[in-house]
Amino acid sequence: MMSKNIKDTVWVFAEQTNGQLADVSLELMHKAGTLAEKMDSGVSAVLLGHKVGSLAKILYAHGADNVYLLDDEELEEFRSQPYANLITRLVEKKRPRVVLFGATHIGRDIAPRVASHTRSGLTADCTELKVETLTIKKIEHPDLLLQIRPAFGGNIVATIISPDVEIQMATVREGVMEMGEPDTTRKGKLIQVPVELDAVETAVRIIEKHQEDSAVNLKSAPIIVAGGYGADTPEKFNLIKELAKVLGAEVAGSRAAVDAGLIDVERQVGQTGTTVRPKLYIAIGISGAIQHRAGMQESQKIIAINSDPDAPIFSVAHYGICGKLEEVIPKLIAAYKSQLH
Amino acid sequence: MSLHTIVLVKQVPDTSNISGDVMRPDGTVNRAKLPAIFNPEDKEALELALRLKDQHGGHITVLTMGPPNAANMLRECLYMGADRAILVSDRRFAAADTLATSYALYKAIQHIGEYDLIFGGRQAIDGDTAQVGPQTAEKLNIPQISYTLEIQDLDLKKRRITAKRAIKNGYEVLEAPLPVLLTVTKDAADPRPFDVKRLCTYKRAQSKFEVQALAEESHDLVWMEDLLEKLKAEELYIETWNIEDIDADVSMCGLAGSPTKVHKVENVVLSGSEFKEVPPTQEGMTEMIEELMQDHIFG
Repeated sequence: MMSKNIKDTVWVFAEQTNGQLADVSLELMHKAGTLAEKMDSGVSAVLLGHKVGSLAKILYAHGADNVYLLDDEELEEFRSQPYANLITRLVEKKRPRVVLFGATHIGRDIAPRVASHTRSGLTADCTELKVETLTIKKIEHPDLLLQIRPAFGGNIVATIISPDVEIQMATVREGVMEMGEPDTTRKGKLIQVPVELDAVETAVRIIEKHQEDSAVNLKSAPIIVAGGYGADTPEKFNLIKELAKVLGAEVAGSRAAVDAGLIDVERQVGQTGTTVRPKLYIAIGISGAIQHRAGMQESQKIIAINSDPDAPIFSVAHYGICGKLEEVIPKLIAAYKSQLH
Repeated sequence: MSLHTIVLVKQVPDTSNISGDVMRPDGTVNRAKLPAIFNPEDKEALELALRLKDQHGGHITVLTMGPPNAANMLRECLYMGADRAILVSDRRFAAADTLATSYALYKAIQHIGEYDLIFGGRQAIDGDTAQVGPQTAEKLNIPQISYTLEIQDLDLKKRRITAKRAIKNGYEVLEAPLPVLLTVTKDAADPRPFDVKRLCTYKRAQSKFEVQALAEESHDLVWMEDLLEKLKAEELYIETWNIEDIDADVSMCGLAGSPTKVHKVENVVLSGSEFKEVPPTQEGMTEMIEELMQDHIFG
């Protein structure tokens, strides 16, 4: 538990839906802990909803020293303006230095509004975050948030900073940061924040909502077989699916495969999709742009199958097979089946 | 009251088509060499706006902030059915991040005046940030519907719109008062082809920069004023606004108005650890599977 005088300057938006905290928020809590340590700060979670106070103890276990709780009937379902405006007011009042959001449908909807109103720097889809003190043009900038993300065409990694403003914000995709073990003995402080909203802020109404439990869970799959633009016909992609079936693996795809309509977007691996760390990742017909590699390069073992010997995917692979997928996959299936018997 | 829709559009480098000569020897991308295209989701946003115009009448203003050659994309908007095209362009907007961009768009929208709806793509393919739409809505102090999939109803009498938006593993239907800003996600609306008649008319539409370039060739400034007047009279003028025209604060624009700065850019260093090349033969596959089995990778 943090001492009384410690700073309260690293915040995480604790996203919940139907009383369930988003994994990405908990992942960010752990990252925030690392950043806060460098800044001699505690970590605060900002929790909005209705009858969600019991979630605070989960947030403490994942590293929250404070939980700002905004609990109101009007906040039961997520809506842009009530959520963004209330967070904005709290940020303006307390002026944290760092605010992190999950890059979800909700986080990406409200973070820009909060940043716009508070004139904060905001970087989307960061793949790494650090805190450093930098000297720029002889001026020392303490506690800068280094917002690191692949940029432009994926050939570069850019480090973005916001040196001239007080509040630095970033969004991060689910799975990018690792969720540490919760410590259920940790305690924190619940800070109730009054909720006041006017009729204009609550004018948007939800008429209908339809949400399914995701059948796809790439993050927890031990084996993933992923196809890219090299599998540019449904026939070739079916081979990939067949391999996945034999191996008991989940099927995934690169953004190119999603854009080509070969696979659903919820199965996209990469910076703008899901980040995965399976025991085995088989990349087939995926050239391996950095946005894709960012989402899979921490897999325990990586097999790359590609007809282009210069494909960048080989640089992160443990096993590289240069060949046509329609010739390689059947041999791979046969090899696996023969080992089972 | 007739429906006035503003559509925010952006011309972007085609990052999906990076070919050989675009890559520099050091492996970085030469952005200038990439072909410029109409940001795909912005085009779908324009299509949604056009469909509402087909049903309810009214007029559509397309607005972009970008370099002078963004006039090419604005002409495409006119070919599809937009009524008015505005190019906000000024060197002092250069290197704007999403906050400075949304500020410039906000000032330009204020300069346009009354509106009922604002559409834009969810995100642009050169940054994928999805921030400019919500930031512009915030500055205008209006609600937003992001990730819009479909417009279900527009009631101009009650001044309300009903739209379906994507949420995680599903969708929701929202009803919002006008004016509202909607960002449109991929596959919301297949953009219509150019209208041939409109193409014949609007291929002559020109921005101030294009008229200036013609005048410089002819060394005749009087002629330039005449040409501008003529274009305006024929409604073929792509309105071209600079910082002063939209009454923007210079310190809030471009690099100066951008809180985020690029600190450094690194070429990607590929970590080639314990790489094994496997021949694409049955023996090669079997050997690899054996190794993986020994490492307890399966099960």
